[in-house]
Amino acid sequence: MASDDESNEDFVTYGTPLEPLEEDEPVRKPIPVHEQTVKDEKGRFKRFHGAFTGGFSAGYFNTAGSKEGWTPSTFLSSRKQKSEKQNVRPEDFMDEEDFGEHGIAPREIVTTEDFASERRDQLKDKARAVSFLSALIPGDTGLLDELIAPAKSSIGVQLLRKMGWKDGQGVGPRIKRKQSKQNTDGAGKVYGCVLPPTGSEESEEDDDEFAPENVTFAPKDVIPVDFTPKVDTHGLGYRGLNPLQALSGGSGSGHINLFTLHSDKTTSLIGDKRSGQQRRGGIAGQAFGVGAMEDEDDDIYHKDTMSNYDAVLGGEEPGDGLYGWTAPQEYSKKMIESKRDAAYLGRILQGFTLASKANEKKIVYPPPDLPRDYRPVHYFRPVVDSSSMSPIVAQALQASRGHLSQDTPQQGRHTLDSSQRREMLGETPLQGPSSVFELLGSKDRDKLNDIRKASQEQNRSERDLSSAVDRAVVVASAKAAALQAMSSRFQSTATQLDPHAQSPTSQSQHQPSSETQMALKAWSGPTANAGQTFKPFEKNPQKQARYDLYINRLKQGDRDALESSPDSSMTEWERGREREEFVRAALLYKPSNSSLSSRFTRAKHEDDTDSVEVTRDQENDVDDKQAAVNMKMFGKLTRETLEWHPEKLLCKRFNVPDPYPGSSTVGMPKVKRDKYSVFNFLTIPESSQVSKPPSTSTSLPPMALEVSHKKSRWDVSEQGSKPKDPLSAFISEARSEVSTAQQVTAGLKSQTESPQTSASPEVEVEQSEGQKTGAEEEDVEEEARPPMDLFKAIFASSSDEKSSSSSEDDSENEEEMAPPTSEPNKSIVGSVDPPISVQVTPVLDISKVTDVKHPQVQSVSSSEMAAQSSQSSANVPAKSGGLNEEEFGPRLPPPGLMPPAYSPQSRKQKKKDKEKHKAKKDHKHKKEKKKKKNKKHKHKGKPRKRVEESNSSSDDSESNSEAESRVSSELLQRLKNLRDKR
Amino acid sequence: MAFPQPRPKGTQLPKHLLRTVDCQQGAVRAVRFNADGNYILTCGSDKSLKLWSVSRGTLLKTYAGHGYEVLEADSSYDNSQLCSCSSDKTVVLWDVATGQVTRKLRGHAGKVNCVQFNEEATVILSGSIDGTVRCWDTRSRRMEPIQILDEARDGVSSLKVSEHELVTGSVDGRVRRYDLRMGQLHVDFIGSPITCICFSRDGQCTLSSSLDSAVRLLDKSTGEMLGEYTGHVNKGYKLDCCLSDKDTHVLSCSEDGHVYYWDLVEGSLTLKLPVGKAVVQSLSFHPTEPCLLTAMEGHVQDATLQEVGERQVVVGGEARASPAAVLKQHRLVRVIPQPEVSHLEQDGVESARGFRAAGRSDLPLHMPLGSLLFLIVTSFPLFLVEV
Repeated sequence: MASDDESNEDFVTYGTPLEPLEEDEPVRKPIPVHEQTVKDEKGRFKRFHGAFTGGFSAGYFNTAGSKEGWTPSTFLSSRKQKSEKQNVRPEDFMDEEDFGEHGIAPREIVTTEDFASERRDQLKDKARAVSFLSALIPGDTGLLDELIAPAKSSIGVQLLRKMGWKDGQGVGPRIKRKQSKQNTDGAGKVYGCVLPPTGSEESEEDDDEFAPENVTFAPKDVIPVDFTPKVDTHGLGYRGLNPLQALSGGSGSGHINLFTLHSDKTTSLIGDKRSGQQRRGGIAGQAFGVGAMEDEDDDIYHKDTMSNYDAVLGGEEPGDGLYGWTAPQEYSKKMIESKRDAAYLGRILQGFTLASKANEKKIVYPPPDLPRDYRPVHYFRPVVDSSSMSPIVAQALQASRGHLSQDTPQQGRHTLDSSQRREMLGETPLQGPSSVFELLGSKDRDKLNDIRKASQEQNRSERDLSSAVDRAVVVASAKAAALQAMSSRFQSTATQLDPHAQSPTSQSQHQPSSETQMALKAWSGPTANAGQTFKPFEKNPQKQARYDLYINRLKQGDRDALESSPDSSMTEWERGREREEFVRAALLYKPSNSSLSSRFTRAKHEDDTDSVEVTRDQENDVDDKQAAVNMKMFGKLTRETLEWHPEKLLCKRFNVPDPYPGSSTVGMPKVKRDKYSVFNFLTIPESSQVSKPPSTSTSLPPMALEVSHKKSRWDVSEQGSKPKDPLSAFISEARSEVSTAQQVTAGLKSQTESPQTSASPEVEVEQSEGQKTGAEEEDVEEEARPPMDLFKAIFASSSDEKSSSSSEDDSENEEEMAPPTSEPNKSIVGSVDPPISVQVTPVLDISKVTDVKHPQVQSVSSSEMAAQSSQSSANVPAKSGGLNEEEFGPRLPPPGLMPPAYSPQSRKQKKKDKEKHKAKKDHKHKKEKKKKKNKKHKHKGKPRKRVEESNSSSDDSESNSEAESRVSSELLQRLKNLRDKR
Repeated sequence: MAFPQPRPKGTQLPKHLLRTVDCQQGAVRAVRFNADGNYILTCGSDKSLKLWSVSRGTLLKTYAGHGYEVLEADSSYDNSQLCSCSSDKTVVLWDVATGQVTRKLRGHAGKVNCVQFNEEATVILSGSIDGTVRCWDTRSRRMEPIQILDEARDGVSSLKVSEHELVTGSVDGRVRRYDLRMGQLHVDFIGSPITCICFSRDGQCTLSSSLDSAVRLLDKSTGEMLGEYTGHVNKGYKLDCCLSDKDTHVLSCSEDGHVYYWDLVEGSLTLKLPVGKAVVQSLSFHPTEPCLLTAMEGHVQDATLQEVGERQVVVGGEARASPAAVLKQHRLVRVIPQPEVSHLEQDGVESARGFRAAGRSDLPLHMPLGSLLFLIVTSFPLFLVEV
């Protein structure tokens, strides 16, 4: 109820506003019910007044009689004040709340009864209704009052009367008859036929004509339209059951007629009174029968007549007088039109009339005659520049279509060469050599021809190229050719042969320059239209301006448009990068042919795809990691730790708090990267498709690398493992020289990061390989060697025995060269755990026991076995089976297949080899074993002892879980120690 | 009558063949102990998953419903549910008792190589050849995975779950460890396609076997290599590796029909256990006892499952005691299924014995060893009586 005082006094607010919530605030406890009190604007406890005003007051919760609560007033004798308090009004017992807006006696400014309109106020109506029911003779009092009450006119009526107005006249200045007639004519605007004067009016007019000129008349009175709003939900005209009428005992006709009109009602009411039928009280009506005490039981069953209801939508025409000016239009016109309808011969449907205006006839034009050879679909003929594609493709095209686009004479005048033009014009041919070629000597000409042939050869033998540089060049050239083809596809006129398209390999030796050339060529043509070019750098206006400048230069044919881009604030690197970007953009968004570009329009809605989502932390390059793995330097070099966001629900399920409570990202955090960045375009040359949109090309680089690795992995697995043994031996030695190795890897890293080489990553891989080999020359041979299968395929079976043995020798040599520090474990085995190996079940044959005893021998022989098994025929089905399945990842072993190693033949061989190796190695190992043993014991005498203790102790008394966990942690500890000491 | 409990020996390796079971389900693609080691799950290439009892060696139930060969299975901690994955690209959650499919989870684009419950069986994690790991919710009715881990660049061949970690081995030669608590992903580059990955029992190391015929033990926190175990043959097939029950030995299948045991610390080959003539494809070590399961497929008809244990040596002089008797004796130990608790009980028994021998005055002496344990044990009168 308190009105907001300060800010907006225009508004009235009810209730006390809630306190503004502050975010940091702790949630307050809700106030319990018994502490909730209501106070008025003066801070007093508010009392609720009984049931009528909706509440209970002063009880327990309102704490009546308590210290701070309401105290009941004490008795005061008013004996002495009796004389003064003679006339006590109810207002004396009211306080301001009662006088308030919602109180029981609201005080507001109201028009007094004198000035009020004739409408009775609702309060009085209500009071009358109440008294009507409660009166001694219900129904009578109100009526009597109504009848007896003096006629009372409102102040307005009184004023009007004083001004000379009489009842039944209209309000306004008095008028002459003629004018009034004119007025009516003007007012009633009639379309179509003019209303014929009706008889009555005519008679009036006739009367008027005889009226004297100076007599004026008051204007016609207007029936006021009653705009009582419709508040009930009944249908129009339906009144519903009036409870007053029903309860007052079926006064009238014994039943309640729901359809009675006002006039009927009044008459019936009066008729009732006249008949003097006594009202008996109690309920009576259509639905209620007649009591036993009642004499008459007439007419309790009301017969409703169908005439009360409308049979047709729209209803019948009501009487003339009932419709005032609100009468529907059609009604007023009906009479006229019905006359006109008579002219129509046919039958007019009910509810329809003839149209006042005839419809205009529509003219239908016949479709044009199509020419005989008309085809409804237009074909765009693919335009291929013969210069840019390989002769084979050109031939194929020619064969398929009969002609090449270039040969068509309607290509335009630019395609004609000078001699053709000359012929057409009928000029005489020029004297002298027609071509530069003719100026050359025959030798030089031959040389040129040779060069051209050679380049064509090279083109043809693209696939056989093995060196990576060549491959990169080829890729680039293919790229250039593809671009060329694409451009010629869109530029049908630009078909002039250009030198570097014919021999792309020679041109693209340094690719960027060729690209600038192409850009130049593309833009310097006459079709370039500045207004229609695509603006790739719209987001950065300065850059776009620079780009525009560059494009303008290109258009003017400026060869070094790039170098002259004016920019002082940029660093050299930035400038270079931007140059690269511009060239790419210029190539990608080449001006299209005007006829083509007229078919397209710029997109209305800017699609927001100029940035691409990329995972922020990419797992970086594999090369240095592979190098680290080869050197067995697991740890920092092979480990990468990335941020990763688990799903909230997953954390919940794992009973783990969310590590990133605020963030909404899931998985690896992603970053938006600019689509038009060099680093996205840089990768284009290695991907084989140009037509791909740049968005996909951004995701290409890791994939492309990955693909190449995937491919090699499966082939390599054997091939890589073979050189690994000597390698590992070597590396374990080299482990002490970690620093140098790190330098190498650092070198690799720096190289991979240099943007220069990234244009052709394959070259780079090769180079890094080369670096590695520079570091470790021994491995070069092993790694460069193609897999055994290849050898096998090339050479006959007779030679493979030899080659394998030679490879064995190689590896052995290397093992001898490498100090066997990597094998202390193996050498220890025999001394530490002989009893275990003896316990083998009798199923084992003796050869295997020896295997166990000399695992190092076994390992060597197993590697041999593998080598042999790859050659042996027994292995073929397994391999072929695996290949047929086309599985990815490690295969599942085929059900029911004997491993190749157990074919008797190979076993024999194995034995032989084994013996050989044993003989060779025995003496060597004896020596080293001793050495190793000493070393070992020195190094880790302590931890070993502990283990033994634990073993023995567990044997006799106890080992608890603590001890067990200690064992595992000990194991770790020991392992680490071992590593350190090594 | 109460036997003194057989004392756990320091390093005992399963060497003797206990039983060979012909599963009659084609090639057995994987064989797994359940959480407490009382039951065995075998995944067959005939689309069936079978549940066996260890103690009786009998088939308990066959779960059929996969559309192609079953590749791996796992059981929940309470033995109420099983999950399995298959080449038909689905992961299926089974109700153990009824053998009905509770949920069939589709979403992988290729065959699903590996599947695991998390510790409370609220999430199923499955790794597929499509390079993703999908986390399926078993609690809600949602059929979409909670999260898809698509960091792997090649098929995921193996995956294991610990309390708050998930480690995956992928064919792209990387071991990825997702740490949910830290919100980090650790990627270790191994180089060669990884066929199997597992945690050590203490949770400090990861063991990974790869196609270059090497098993590597990596320190979990730093990624350093703690040991490399070679000698077996693993060049083309997806073979399993695991650690022994007390992390003393590293075990791996081999394509030459053997199971290789290496000493964890020494890295030396301890034992080369001959299993058969074909490729040993899968193996599983008992969670608490030196008992090993291997699966080798022979011909389609006689796929064999071998359970290798050395229990009979411990118990009696008999070379081949019936394993049922052995296990019955050990059921006392296995009153409470969780492995940790059973340890506690054993320890409790030990200290209780000490208590009896030394008398009450000796109590403080034992307190430092396992005061907490002792208190726990006193709440089990059974063991006090037993001693």
